[in-house]
Formats: sequence, structure tokens, C-alpha cells
Amino acid sequence: MLLTTPFHSRTAPLIRAQTWRRWAGYQVASAYDPHPDREYASIRNAAVLIDVSPLYKYRITGKDAARLLDRMVTRDVMKCAVGQVLYTPWCDAHGKVIDDGTISRLDEGTYRLTSAEPNARWLHLNSHGLDVNVEDISYQTGALALQGPFSPTILQQLSPADLGSLKYFRLVHTTIRDTPITISRTGYTGDLGYELWIDASDGVAVWDALMDVGRNYGLVPAGIWALDIARIEAGLIMLDVDYFSAHHAMIPDQLSTPYEINLGWTVSDTKGPFNGISALHDEKRRGASWSFVGLEIDWVSYEKLHQERGLAPHVSNIAWRASHPLYRGGKQVGYATSGTWSPLLKKYLALGHMSADSGTPGTQVEIEFTVEHRRKRARCAVRRLPFFDPPRKKA
Amino acid sequence: MTSGTSRYDAIVIGGGHNGLVAAAYLARAGKKVVVLERRPLVGGAAVTEEVVPGFKFSVFSYVVSLLRPEIIRELDLPSHGLQILPLESTVTPMDNGDYFAGWGDADESRAELRRHSPRDVEAMAQFGRLMVHMGMAVKPILSMVPPDPSSLAPSDLKGLLALAKHFRSLGSEKFHALYKLMTMSSADYLDEWFEFDTLKATKGASGIIGTFLGPRSPGTAYVLLHHYMGEIDGAFRAWGFQKGGTGAISNAIASAARAFGAEIRTDAPVSKVLTSGSHVSGVVLGNGDELRAPLVISGLDPRLTFTQLLDPKTLPSDLVDGVRKYKFRGSSGKVNLALKTLPEFTCFRNDRDLALRAARGAFSISPTVEYLEHAYDDAKYGQFSRQPYMDIVIPSMIDPGMAPPGQHVMSIFVQYAPFDVTGGWDDAKRDAFGNTVIKTLSCYAPNLESIIVGKQVITPADIERITGLSEGNIFQGELALHQLFFLRPVPKWAKYRTPVRGFWQCGSGTHPGGGIMGASGRIAAMEILKAGTSA
Repeated sequence: MLLTTPFHSRTAPLIRAQTWRRWAGYQVASAYDPHPDREYASIRNAAVLIDVSPLYKYRITGKDAARLLDRMVTRDVMKCAVGQVLYTPWCDAHGKVIDDGTISRLDEGTYRLTSAEPNARWLHLNSHGLDVNVEDISYQTGALALQGPFSPTILQQLSPADLGSLKYFRLVHTTIRDTPITISRTGYTGDLGYELWIDASDGVAVWDALMDVGRNYGLVPAGIWALDIARIEAGLIMLDVDYFSAHHAMIPDQLSTPYEINLGWTVSDTKGPFNGISALHDEKRRGASWSFVGLEIDWVSYEKLHQERGLAPHVSNIAWRASHPLYRGGKQVGYATSGTWSPLLKKYLALGHMSADSGTPGTQVEIEFTVEHRRKRARCAVRRLPFFDPPRKKA
Repeated sequence: MTSGTSRYDAIVIGGGHNGLVAAAYLARAGKKVVVLERRPLVGGAAVTEEVVPGFKFSVFSYVVSLLRPEIIRELDLPSHGLQILPLESTVTPMDNGDYFAGWGDADESRAELRRHSPRDVEAMAQFGRLMVHMGMAVKPILSMVPPDPSSLAPSDLKGLLALAKHFRSLGSEKFHALYKLMTMSSADYLDEWFEFDTLKATKGASGIIGTFLGPRSPGTAYVLLHHYMGEIDGAFRAWGFQKGGTGAISNAIASAARAFGAEIRTDAPVSKVLTSGSHVSGVVLGNGDELRAPLVISGLDPRLTFTQLLDPKTLPSDLVDGVRKYKFRGSSGKVNLALKTLPEFTCFRNDRDLALRAARGAFSISPTVEYLEHAYDDAKYGQFSRQPYMDIVIPSMIDPGMAPPGQHVMSIFVQYAPFDVTGGWDDAKRDAFGNTVIKTLSCYAPNLESIIVGKQVITPADIERITGLSEGNIFQGELALHQLFFLRPVPKWAKYRTPVRGFWQCGSGTHPGGGIMGASGRIAAMEILKAGTSA
């Protein structure tokens, strides 16, 4: 039996084409419509509600809670204020990334860590000698992402908190129609939006309240297909798609450091010992051998590959998660790991790993596609990430 | 505005979307460009105005269909505000209380059509494949300067040769199919394929939009292609509803033009184009100011361009005669409604989810082919249709910013409403027209009248008065075969040039014309740049 989220009784009847998918042992919607076009458009134009409950969630308390996290992750957790949220990866002793997620400082001594994969054991291994209590609250906490330009308008009608003053990557404890809730100004869409953290038993009430008020603002439930397009536009990486956990890699080639996946900015220069510190400081001095980059596939070139075969160009309305070789001067210099047509930017975008000397924005490379069973290469340019970064996200 | 004389490299007359596109391309090439727009806002027929407080109407043109992907790309319109939202479905309420829907998902559409005609489901797949082939055959024509088959000039011969090669490459089967498509009526053509009348009516309706022709008039079939032309560029997803209405497209193009250095002046009507010998030299504004430039480009329709901006006495008589014969015959009107809640279409029989889903798409009032032909009959004899064809969208369902929360705007494109209505248009006739539209639509959505909180009724006479478009034709002249390609607007002057050197045309009245497509403006600008100063 797959697990179901606290919102299942509401989401299940809405998935018209039964397009379920697995996520961390749960079943969640790929899309509610048979395809994600409208759900994606609503992220950028109205508002969407995405069930992100399958994220792993840990509550960390005790005198040394901050020290445990600070020892584990690359960012400086000691600088995390009450009500602040940090996005960060964490590494093994060799500086290879295990997972990435957020740390929320819920009150003076309480932190919540989210992650893509289970990290209970890793937290335990790192808490040796520390006065901490780690509690897996994954099952008892429902999580909803309310994303899109109308999300503050909707939320403000349900919550007494002053959401207008809630800054990017800050959180507030409040209520929605008397139900206690934590709202963080975070998300995985690269847009203005929030994530809502709720006791599982209150999930349905919160869902109903949001849908009720949101109806007048174009709020629709959205699935992972829509989210995937948005996160590529936002240049946000995904574990098991764009990189692999050091805990699962079978060979060294499958490992990545934060510098190699565009997360060098999260590695603190100043804080005390943490997992991977010396390897990472060495790598910073040396320079990483891989870059994680944005790629813009030249549409004229892509169209031509199809025209040569008498076809109109086709791009799925679902983002791809596959490996496409990248070439420069006839030699392979990297590989793309996910890609999508951006309905908003009207560009064909991809994310990929590139050997560092080919990773400078503006570099012209080629990407391999199969057109009518034949391998073809389309022109493509290295771009700075994110592709899409609207001022409203942080405003 | 400063008075006296200002000098530019190029002056574009008219801030419609084609004028703006031309200006953007010229500015991109480094020219010092000014756009002169008569109205207080740019856009021409692609404008958004808050006619009822809190309710924003795409006053005239209301959807984005064939805006050329190369323009979106080359002007980087998304970074200037272009944001096209999916308009996925079309629902046609039927006379028997049922409905026929084309949904956004192919399987759902097939299941729906199967309810009405299992045979047509198969025909549709074959038809769609042929139309894609036809569309690919026609597509290159949309971005080429039309060669004149009667000319022996090298550029014409080169173009004709390319065209001949292109058609030869289609093979005889596709070429013959294309020939039929170009000559038949949409009703006859669709009869060859389908049996379900409501399907034929709804598809056929696209063949009559903006023409003074009925579904049984020869030459209407080829417009069926237009929908599939969009599909060929389907991966680009440039089909749908612009956030903020069609005015936001104009604003995006204007913003791109400004970013390239173009100046855009509103409330700046041009009264005359100035010439010096056989050359253009500038324009005179309504307030008497003169602007000088060696290049002047008119985005206005052929009648305004050749008989108002220029003195027709100075032009070759065959050109003046051709412009006089060029058919505008505006045949459509628009009713924009502000609604306090959603209309309830009886065909959904209280299925609220279905009704909501449908409300995010279009409604077509085209129950039968006969209904459309009857609507045309009224127009032939000088009346607006007693039961008109309507294409309806509710933009606020897709873009919540268009109306106050929970309320809606409804855009109703109405055909036929002849410009030359017997006795002419006046306030009483406009009211009667608006009432006919509301009454007809109320047959399908009985609560409509009770939820209207504001309305705007636009006749072809209003379109002419507000936008300047002659006879209220939204396409700057009928999109009929005799006015297309090397005949648009008139033979020998179909290449954006005019008899006055340095004075060019770039409006929808030139090849290829059409909706918010921008192709005319782009090709014109390319030709101007190619001609250099020798033009």
C-alpha cells in the first residue's frame, strides 16, 4: 500500500485522469487536469495549491539543536534567527552532497529540517555527544505549497497575521480560520508564494478554507508536472534527477559537491567544523571541475532538425528528466539532466552539468536529441540561473 | 510635446500592433524611430480598457492566435510582459439542450465527439493530419514577400521559383487537396469529411470570421487552415489569452520598441504625409507640427494610407482604383459584458464542475450550419443577424485580474453586423443589436440578463469611429482570396511599397494580414531595411 497524504480525501476526487505518481512512498497527483498546462499557467498568473506532504520533516530540539544542524549542513545555522528559514545542502565527510532541504527556526530552541530523503539515521549519527532530541514528524505534519502572484491575497483573507510584512525565507505562526498553522514564505516555484505547515488532522479544514476563498482568485490545485516546469524555470535542482545523493552513488562519477551543483553560495567560509569542511575549502581554492548551468536550446535549430524530416517541432508539455549529452567542438563536455519548454519565457530550457571550462554563460554548445530515431544535435547556449526570477518573489 | 520640426530616420503612422512591430524592428536595426498614435493609448484594435470600473475589456480583438513565434523571440516579448494563458476548450450549446465540446485533452475530445458521431472521431484524426500537412505547406508563405506571378523582375521570379519548388515538393495529392481547400466553401469542404452538423458549424465558423461571406460561400474553406497553422507552432504555445487582455500584447511590443530606442507618441494624429518630388519627406500632425524623416511607414489601412495620408490625385489611377475596389465591409461587432457572477448554461444540466471547466474556454454559438447561413442571409439584405454567430470568452476565468473577485468579464464577438446596415447605425440600432445578442445568448444561459452590471456594445461603425479602421473591418480589409498574397491590398503594390519613395505600408491590409499576427509589420520592416536608403 502506498501512503496517502493528509489531503488525500480532497485531492483524490479531483485527479480527473488518475494521473497519480509516487513520491517518497506516497501517492500524489502528477496533475489534476489530464495535462499540466493550466496548472502551470496558474502558478505564474493566479495561484495554486500543491500537496508537498511527502517531504521528510524532522523536529530538532534540545540545548544543542543548532549545533547538530550546524555541524551537519554547509550554511551557518548559528546565524539563523527565530522565524528564519535557511535553504541548504548537507555533505558527507568528503564534501559530497547527501541531500538538500530547509531549516526553519520555529522558536528559540526548536528547528525543523525538511529533506527529500529520510535523514533520521544521518541526524542520529551526527548527534553523538550532543544534547538533542530528533523527532520524525513526517507523518503528523501536512504541507501545502500555496504559490503564485495571488497567494498573499488569498492567505490574508484567512489569517490574522500581517503577511505583507512576512519577508522571503521567514515564517510566522498563526491561524487559518482558527486552525493553528505555520506559514513560511518559501517554495519550489521561483515565484511569490508560501508553504503551509499543518497538523495532519487539520489538513482537510485548511484545504477547504483555501479553496473556498481562492476560488475568486483563480486558485487551482496543481500537481508535480506543473511544479516541475516552474522549478526548472527557477533553476532549482532536484535530488535523483539533477544529482545523486552521496549515500546512493555507486561510483565516484555519480557524486557532486555543492560547488558542482550551483550551491557554492551555501558553503560557509567562516563557521566552525562541519561535515566536509576541509574538502570543500580545498575545492573552493582549487575551483570545481564541474558547473551546473542553465541551457537555452536554440529554437530555430531545434525546429530545423524536425523540418529536415518533414515534421513540425514537438515538445511535450511535461518536463523531461533524462540525460542528454552536451557537446562543444565535437567533444562531449557535459550532460543535461532535466528540461522543459517554458510556456512563460517561450524558450526551450534545460539544466545540466558542464565541465567547468565550458560552463561560462554565453558559451555555445550542442545538445543531443533523437528525432525520428536518429541522433541529432541542436545548438544551445549556456545561461545564468535562474532563467526566471520575478521581483515579486522577494518583494 | 515640442512644437516645430523634429528629424527622425523613420516615422511610423499608427500604433497598432503591426506599426509597433515595424517600429521595434527598425529601432533594433539602429534607426531613430517615432510611432505616432492618434488615440491616447497604443494598440489599435488590440487594446484593453476599463470601460466599467473594475472590469477590464479587451475591447475589440480578444484572443492571441497566430502571433508569429519569430517576433516573440526576436523582440523577446516575454520579458516585456507577453504572457499567454491557455484557452483550452470550445463548447457549442446545441438546439436539443445538449452540447458539443472540444476539450484541451485529445482523449477527452475524442470521447466527447464519440457521443455525437463515432464516424467523425476517425474522420477528425485524418482531417487533422491533412490540415497539418496543408498548414506546413502554407506556412512559408506567411513570412515571404509575395512575388507577383505576372512580373518578370528578378526578385519576383526568384520568389515564384521558390514557391513553385515548394509546391512541387508537396506531391500531387497534397497539392490537389490544397487547391480544393483554397477554392471550396467551408460547408462543402467539411461535408466531405464529417456528418455531425454542430461540429461542421463550429469548425466552419472560423472560416467566416471577419469576412462578408457565409459558410456556403466559395473561398471560405481555406480559413479552416488557420486553426491548424497555430497547431504547427503548437509547441510554442502562443495560442490563448493574453494576461491583461490584448492591450497587454500591444504594450509588450511597445515596450520592446522603446527598449530598442523607439519613441512612441500618443494623442498624435497624423493629418498628411509630406512629399518632396517623388520622395517622402515627413508628416504633418493634427496640431500642425511637422516631423521630418526619409522613411515614413503607414500602419493604417489601404484606404486611409492612399486616400487620406496622401493626395490620391498624385497617385497612379490604377492604384487609386484598386484601393477604391478593395473590400472592407466590416461584418462583425462586439458586446462586452461586466457580470456579477458566472452565466449558467443550461446545457450542463447543473454539473457545476463541467460548467466551471467550460467557462475557462470559449463558447461558440453555432448550433448548425444552417443557423450560420441564416445569420448571413440577414446581413446580405442589410440587417444584423436576428440570431447571430457568437464566439464568447470569459477572460476573468483565466486571468483573475480582469474583474473584481468573484465577478466576470465576458467578451462576445458577434457576426453578422454589417457596416452598411440599412438606414445606417445609430444609437437605437446599436441598442437593438446589443439586445439581440443578449436575448440570443439568454436562450442558452437564461440567467445572463439578471447578472449584467455593465455593458459595451460595439458596431462596425463604432469600430471605425474609435480605431479608424475603415468600415470597421478588424483585418483592415476582408481576408478573402481575391485580396490575399500578391493581391493584398492591390496588385503591383503588394510588397509594402507605395508609389512615393520612402513611404511604406505595414498594416494588416498588406500580406499576410490577419489577426494579432505581426507578420505584416515584420516583413515590411525587413523589406525597408533591405532596401536601405535607396528606397
